[in-house]
Amino acid sequence: MNKLKIILNGIITENPTFVLLLGMCPTLGTTSSAINGMSMGLATMFVLMCSNVVISCIKDLIPDKVRIPSFIVIIATFVTVLQLCMQAYLPALYESLGLFIPLIVVNCIILGRAEAFAAKNNPFDSLLDGIGIGLGFTIALSLLGATRELLGTGRIFNISIFPEEYGALAFVLAPGAFIALGLLIAIVNKLKTR
Amino acid sequence: MKSNMLNMVAVLTTITATVGAILGGVYKLTEAPIAEAAARAQEEAIRIVAPDFDNNPIAESDTIESHGQEIVIYPASKNGAPVGAAVKASSRNGFNGEISLIVGFEQDGTVRQYRVLSHSETPGLGAKMEQWFRTDKNRQSIIGKHPEKSNFTVSKDGGDIDAITASTITSRAFLEAVSNAYKAYMNKPIDAMSGSSTHTSTDTITQPHNEEEVTR
Repeated sequence: MNKLKIILNGIITENPTFVLLLGMCPTLGTTSSAINGMSMGLATMFVLMCSNVVISCIKDLIPDKVRIPSFIVIIATFVTVLQLCMQAYLPALYESLGLFIPLIVVNCIILGRAEAFAAKNNPFDSLLDGIGIGLGFTIALSLLGATRELLGTGRIFNISIFPEEYGALAFVLAPGAFIALGLLIAIVNKLKTR
Repeated sequence: MKSNMLNMVAVLTTITATVGAILGGVYKLTEAPIAEAAARAQEEAIRIVAPDFDNNPIAESDTIESHGQEIVIYPASKNGAPVGAAVKASSRNGFNGEISLIVGFEQDGTVRQYRVLSHSETPGLGAKMEQWFRTDKNRQSIIGKHPEKSNFTVSKDGGDIDAITASTITSRAFLEAVSNAYKAYMNKPIDAMSGSSTHTSTDTITQPHNEEEVTR
């Protein structure tokens, strides 16, 4: 398979948020602002890359029946390492994201990619797949976060676009997450069918 | 790979033992920086809220247990004379659970500055408390006010402080935490109101819940 195609596959054809609709929990939960969405996307991308490579390296050594527990343990390890490092060296970022970092373990994209891609391909392709899917996830979350932040508070990345009074607060809250995500998926589908 | 009892046990044991070792190592490596970052954050918060000091407030801190909540007083002094304190207090009556904050007082009890340490209030609503109560607009700021000369309850309840728009519950909890901090600083008894029984008791804190949900 063409290397570039693997990356583009993750960003467009199999975009985890807009096409596969995987990992909805962090998608809806963390995207109350653009910066939160982007940080969550990047954190997920880091875990995805690491777990994809490791799982791809040891895939032939793992018996089929204990495949899933092994993958989960490996993913959880990377998440914990990420959490500890973030807490130690990026305390400000940890402050705003700390609550959501453990959620990466149960993000089905990561297990899904381990199962569907890393367990069948070589480590380098798996790394590329991690980058592609991770970028796709990051872009989607940033887009969703920016949409919600703009409609809800009139700002994007904390830069004021219009006065806060005209924002519809519902978009920052949980219902707005569903509405904004639905609309974004509709737009993406419309653009793709053209 | 075909599974049999032996290789399943062997592989899982190997994997868990390996990641256990890795995690232990990373934990050891990050333990000191994490503690350092936490201490630095706390010291910074004290430095922001408390009057200018030259002692070590963390070393001289005093913890008060009140109705199952911890209130920590960090006394500030300059050239040996007390100038005020930073007080860490919390309230469990927030819209989404606990609100923890640190308030700085002048020697006479005037509120100097505050910082919210942790909370789970709604973004865009209750979370505005981080700015709201120190923005000098109408009657919403608590900076420079004295909890005894001003009534530290929301104006809806007859007090002197304007609540955050559409977040009365958060505002009440915030002011409750500030009042508790003040009482602890002044060595006064703290009301039982700040206990854990928010949802069973009929005190003024619980009733407006519905009202607020409607206004939201």
